[in-house]
Amino acid sequence: MVYDILIVGAGPGGLTAGMYGSRAKLSTAIIEKGKAGGQAATTTEMENYPGFFRETTGPGVMGEFEAHAKQFGTVFLKGNVTEVSLEGEVKSVTTSAGETYQARAIILAPGAEPRTIGVPGEGKLRGKGVSYCATCDADFFEELDVVVIGSGDAAIEEAMYLTKFVESVTIVVIHDEGILDCNKRSAQKAFENSKFKWVWNSTVEEIQGDEMVEGVLVKNIRTGEKRVLEVNGVFVFIGAQPKTDFLKGKITLDEWGYIPTSEKMETNIAGVYAVGDARAKYLRQVVTAAADGAIAACAAEKFLEGHVEGRLTREDIENLTKGAK
Amino acid sequence: MIELNKENFEAEVLQAEGLVFVDFWSEKCEPCMALMPEVIAFAEKNAGKAKFCKLDTAGNKRLAISQKVMGIPTLVFYKNGEKVHTFDAGMIDSGGIAAVQKKLDELV
Ligand SMILES: Cc1cc2nc3c(=O)[nH]c(=O)nc-3n(C[C@H](O)[C@H](O)[C@H](O)COP(=O)(O)OP(=O)(O)OC[C@H]3O[C@@H](n4cnc5c(N)ncnc54)[C@H](O)[C@@H]3O)c2cc1C
Repeated sequence: MVYDILIVGAGPGGLTAGMYGSRAKLSTAIIEKGKAGGQAATTTEMENYPGFFRETTGPGVMGEFEAHAKQFGTVFLKGNVTEVSLEGEVKSVTTSAGETYQARAIILAPGAEPRTIGVPGEGKLRGKGVSYCATCDADFFEELDVVVIGSGDAAIEEAMYLTKFVESVTIVVIHDEGILDCNKRSAQKAFENSKFKWVWNSTVEEIQGDEMVEGVLVKNIRTGEKRVLEVNGVFVFIGAQPKTDFLKGKITLDEWGYIPTSEKMETNIAGVYAVGDARAKYLRQVVTAAADGAIAACAAEKFLEGHVEGRLTREDIENLTKGAK
Repeated sequence: MIELNKENFEAEVLQAEGLVFVDFWSEKCEPCMALMPEVIAFAEKNAGKAKFCKLDTAGNKRLAISQKVMGIPTLVFYKNGEKVHTFDAGMIDSGGIAAVQKKLDELV
């Protein structure tokens, strides 16, 4: 069959697009490689989705998003999309298992994944002390010392969570003493927490250890001085990168791999939309992913009715990518 | 799938002949929970090709660490009690269960 709308990714962006599409009586399917919910389902601490503040968790809210889409009839397909064919009236996506699905409009909602630091030892020691998920792995580090790399909102929040388990958390910050990338409220809480130690003006050069993490080599970027911190764990929270590798060469991406779109979530290809964290935009949160999803589904509906061209022009893209820098 | 713990790990995995597959997981780990239905389907589909087991790392933390597992989800193949291949969370995310299937087909 040819769906009206096919959505790639069942995070908050994709699930909302699914709900809106189905509710508009368009045949709508979402294809997801893992479980519905995306990144938002990997964190228990989610306190800023409006209306959900009493004992809510990421998986809890995402479960409701999924149920909501299902209730209006969204079809859930399973598969890792590795190939896309986006030009023309009928578009298709193909999974790693070789299954192909067709639709007249596509909404790309593949989200993002944790950015790696790219230093020696990081890849080799993943799952052996190097982690990108505090809720997954905190237990292993009970009464041990760990390092957290990064100082943004996610880094400080996850570091707070780690203090419930570990002996000490050393935060390696690239900035001058006292400067964090997170909001002031979190920064204040962090400075008051006695389990935190701080290493300022520094970057991690190497993660050391044969079979398990034994230490990290940090370098003071002011003095050039290097030293080893002896720790058993390294938690990396330095932001995200869009999961758009499978779209390279098929659709316009900016230099970081994000998908530029118009205000209507249109990409450079007619009938192909992008929403959520994978899109070039200012704020990457559940509430903005959901908003993107609603807009894309409505724009796709208009496109399917044949009223609009439904794509960005080259000029639009130039303006947008300029704006992003 | 066989539930592993401190009592049976030695016999079911380290002393076992042939191929053994172990899923290291825990309930708090959302990616592990997301993966679990796929792992169960994978085990059912390949019944007979290997022994399929899972280990809840909550309550078996030391055991997991003794197997050099300090992050989950992690999927490990053992052959005649020796570790022969490990999939960490990153590899699972990028290759999916298809990559694990490929490895199994190589190992049997
Ligand atoms: C630890 C952590 C804590 C956070 N806390 C908060 C918070 O408190 N409040 C808040 O508002 N936001 C929070 N965020 C951010 C929020 O989770 C994201 O902004 C949001 O999930 C983005 O939604 P999305 O739909 O764009 O993508 P994602 O949530 O990333 O979902 C994308 C989905 O697409 C699937 N996918 C990707 N590629 C493919 C493919 N090729 N084939 C098939 N499926 C594919 C993925 O498996 C995934 O399920 C947090 C993020 C993290 C990592």
